[in-house]
Amino acid sequence: MLSTIAPTNTWYLVLAAVLFGIGTLGVMVRRNPLVMFMCIELMLNAVNLTFVTLATAMSDINGQVVVFFVMVVAAAEVVVGLGIIVSIMRRRTAATADDLSALKG
Amino acid sequence: MELVVFVLAAAMVLVGAIGVITRSNPVHAALSLVLTLFGIAVMFVSHEAHFLAAVQVIVYAGAIVVLFLFVIMLLGVDRSEDISIEPITAQRPLAAIVGLGVSGIVIAALVSSRSAISTSGDGIDASTVDAADANIRQLARSIFSNNVFAFEITSVLLIVAVIGTVLMARRIKLREAGK
Repeated sequence: MLSTIAPTNTWYLVLAAVLFGIGTLGVMVRRNPLVMFMCIELMLNAVNLTFVTLATAMSDINGQVVVFFVMVVAAAEVVVGLGIIVSIMRRRTAATADDLSALKG
Repeated sequence: MELVVFVLAAAMVLVGAIGVITRSNPVHAALSLVLTLFGIAVMFVSHEAHFLAAVQVIVYAGAIVVLFLFVIMLLGVDRSEDISIEPITAQRPLAAIVGLGVSGIVIAALVSSRSAISTSGDGIDASTVDAADANIRQLARSIFSNNVFAFEITSVLLIVAVIGTVLMARRIKLREAGK
């Protein structure tokens, strides 16, 4: 009975939407810059899953090519972002985004 | 069988994602992120994206999460923080509304357009999908022919990112050296 139900592409897309929502929630709620960064990775992965699913649905390999480039850019983004976080944390030990208000008007 | 794989991978993804935003220790959050990334890799495999699944495990679960853990240890923030306090009034209810709203809007769009995407998918190119390396061949052909310029630009991006990070993380001692 259960073996006859195959997950359709919509299931994967709904899962990706939920994952993106969780990532959005995390960026807004968490105050540790490192954890906020991990939540951004969650959102990137949700979008990657959407791309791969639609590449299958449309029978178009270019969806997977886009995911490849997103992964490269995500790696570069993590390197730069963690470098910024390290250089900020060297000056101040408190690890919350609320303390970084030097540019507040 | 496909259903079992989907349910298990979806459980991994969701448990990991909720772990990232609820664990108070950043190390635990990073390890929950590994769980999510492996779940996504399983879903890539079930979509015949074998190369991307391998890259997902090697680059994301391998390199990026290790980089996160390395920075956590380097900065010494590997202790639990108090996440029960709410720094800004009514922030969490509002954030929950926005998060649910984002998910809800996307899901509503999916449901309203489900006739266009609800095919269960028959692989990228059914004629060549039997070969073991069909996915890598198609991906490489697309990257090195149609998208070769973007591919070259990404190498520039990586060089710029590495040089920029080295310059940013270096301690400036030029001023003392000049005196």
